[in-house]
Amino acid sequence: MTQSEAPRAPRAPSWTLWLPLALFVLFVGGVAISLMLPKSTDINSQMIGKPLPTFSLRPAADGRPGLSNGDFATGKPRLLNIFASWCVPCGVEAPVLAELQRQGAQIDGIAIRDHKDDLNAFLAKNGNPYQRIGADDVSAVQLAIGSSGVPETFVIDGKGVIRYQHIGDIRAEEIPMMLAKLKEAES
Amino acid sequence: MLAELGLAMLWLAAALAGLQLVAGSVALTKDGEGLGGIVRPVAVVQGVLAAAAFASLIWLFVQTDTSVKLVAENSHSAKPLIYKIAGTWGNHEGSMLLWVTVMGLAGGFVALVERRLPERTMMATLAGQAFVSLGFYAFLLFASNPFQRLNPAPQEGNGLNPLLQDPGLAFHPPTLYLGYVGLSIAFSFAIGALVTREVGPAFARAMRPWVLGAWIFLTLGITAGSYWAYYMLGWGGWWFWDPVENASLMPWLAATALLHSASVLAARNALRAWTVMLGVVAFSMSMVGTFLVRSGILTSVHAFAVDPRRGGFILALLAINIGAALVLFALRAGTVTEGERFEVTSREASLVFNNVMLSSILGIVLLGTLYPLVTEAMGVKVSVGPPYFTPMSAVFAVPMLVVLAIGPLLRWRHDRFKRVSPVLAAPLAVTIIAAIGFAVGGVTSTMSLIALSLAPGLAVASVLPLRGRHLGRAPLSLWGMVIAHLGLAVALFGMGADGAFTKERLIAARVGESVDVGPWQVKLGAITPVAGPNWTALEADLVASYDGASPDHLKPQSRTFWAPPQTTSVSALHTRWNGQLYTVLGEETHDASSAAMPTGRWQLRLWWKPFVPMIWLGGILVALGGFLALLSRVRQDLKRRTVRARGDIRRGDREEREAA
Repeated sequence: MTQSEAPRAPRAPSWTLWLPLALFVLFVGGVAISLMLPKSTDINSQMIGKPLPTFSLRPAADGRPGLSNGDFATGKPRLLNIFASWCVPCGVEAPVLAELQRQGAQIDGIAIRDHKDDLNAFLAKNGNPYQRIGADDVSAVQLAIGSSGVPETFVIDGKGVIRYQHIGDIRAEEIPMMLAKLKEAES
Repeated sequence: MLAELGLAMLWLAAALAGLQLVAGSVALTKDGEGLGGIVRPVAVVQGVLAAAAFASLIWLFVQTDTSVKLVAENSHSAKPLIYKIAGTWGNHEGSMLLWVTVMGLAGGFVALVERRLPERTMMATLAGQAFVSLGFYAFLLFASNPFQRLNPAPQEGNGLNPLLQDPGLAFHPPTLYLGYVGLSIAFSFAIGALVTREVGPAFARAMRPWVLGAWIFLTLGITAGSYWAYYMLGWGGWWFWDPVENASLMPWLAATALLHSASVLAARNALRAWTVMLGVVAFSMSMVGTFLVRSGILTSVHAFAVDPRRGGFILALLAINIGAALVLFALRAGTVTEGERFEVTSREASLVFNNVMLSSILGIVLLGTLYPLVTEAMGVKVSVGPPYFTPMSAVFAVPMLVVLAIGPLLRWRHDRFKRVSPVLAAPLAVTIIAAIGFAVGGVTSTMSLIALSLAPGLAVASVLPLRGRHLGRAPLSLWGMVIAHLGLAVALFGMGADGAFTKERLIAARVGESVDVGPWQVKLGAITPVAGPNWTALEADLVASYDGASPDHLKPQSRTFWAPPQTTSVSALHTRWNGQLYTVLGEETHDASSAAMPTGRWQLRLWWKPFVPMIWLGGILVALGGFLALLSRVRQDLKRRTVRARGDIRRGDREEREAA
């Protein structure tokens, strides 16, 4: 370096040089604290705590009746599973639903944008845990109850009120949790 | 086998980064100078190995090897090839691997080509680069291994977020990453210069092409991202002040300031500490942005791959890298004198002003992005949006744009305002005429009126530095500045036009029905189902005619992907010279009494947006200006080397000073 190093401009007091570090420490501290705070991971659907909207769906598959909101006012909580034969994770979920049914859960289904033949084949291959299956050809009911994808499962209490929404497939390790949610919905 | 090979190469690259750090640091001591010889080759090999690891991950995605967890979670055999490749970086692990790859390659490239810095500073720079890289290698190897196997392997993968299945977005993240990580070089240069106390014009000139390159990619990335959100999300807006967007805007603001202060340092040997500080801040903003987006600490409409567990790791990296740099800054900046003086009316002063304004906007954006965090810690959930960001940043942006019009006309060191004031009459007159014209023409929004009147004046002022010059012989760097500033004016006009002139219609139409929006008449011709490689859709045929001219067909879709299942609307746009018609197809409406009873009416959302494409055209012009400036730097550099080879150092330096 050949340029002169003589100080010519007035220099800022040296404590100002530590200011950026102080601000940064403040930032890291604040962020670290909020990282450690417990975060609620539940997705709070707008529909939780509200009764099912009015709907009436024709039967989607052979051998099972269709589905309407009136079917849920039975006094006993039920699972409402949103699925489709074209949905890959739904096939993965099928044995889990069968296990839930074996352990006493009552399950109804809504098939989204499905064809009867495809659905019959799907149920023949993966088993049929559903008591009723309604056909939702334009996703109208799906949207009305606040579901945006398949599979999704709702816990509906004995009065037809939505108590819990599970987004994505239910995994085997989540069976006890789902049963607990059903139990909860009894009260 | 390939996954294990990729992982092995990643480990090896990490080991070399460790060697680079140790050898580079030892080379700074008196006894260790001999070790300096290996630092450059090690940096090159480290970059190549990281790139090879990344290439093997791409290949695993191309093959849809579902025995690799990352592939199984993010890809699907039915996906088109381009999205299989894009899936490589469309997830957390892959994007982090892309990050270290770009960092490694950039470091290797610096090691190969950069010869004008003193060797000691170069060693410190490469050691600094290795120090930052090491943290990211550790992160990949210990917290998010992209090559992890899955046993048993699933038959099929999960697919890629359908929103990401778009050609624009496939290349958007790598573009931004080239920008983010390019700034890591500026950061390392700043560290190197602080360690050896060599903060001077040579440092600024060495750093400048890297900052320029990173800034060009950031500009393009932000422009593309904004256009993507505009046409893909179907809401017709071009900027949302979303944390993810802010994460890319903040490093851009810092890099823009750095670019200008580095020019002052290179040409006039002033603003030393400030330039070093910005070098640290620019890359810090890249890291802070990445942290905020990736840690899940902020909720965003499009935060992908969110995982709070990893947040802690990135935070630790952040604390170590930036914390160490800031400690170094505090210890050393006092010994770096401010350099040459200048007066209030001078090119330097206008650039200092621009720097202060840019930094203020940066502060405002950072504050607004973090504010929800602070209140959430206190138990209140708030979201900070455009009502805060837009006016607050305008407070600083408007004076900055005014000085941007004047600054380039001023001379270095000292000038008289009297000399330039006659020249400024033209842009001033244009601004006043535009303001009156638009106000009389019915523009009521203050923000839009300010933008629409400033833009034409700024456009005129931008080309003024070319007056009286032979256009063909004007230096390329001057052209670069003119085009970049002009681009800003063009974008500003588009932003103002969006607020002032947009016409919107939201209707439920039957097939055969017509609707007017602005000068357009749009008829819903038909609704037909269509199928793609991994989706099905309902497509509307919209017959749109402008002012009674022969009609164009627009085909917006409501698209349902089946892996994973998700519905998105794909808008259809028609661009004319004077604006864009923007159409979105929504759901079929249903009877109020029965949710399942379709009515045969389809939701249509139509916008006529005059001059709005100028926003992105402006962004491209800004990037083009940066590219010309970069080209001119590289050319000067080559010329200077030839001149230096002839032993005529003085002439080379003088030329460079003139052109700066």
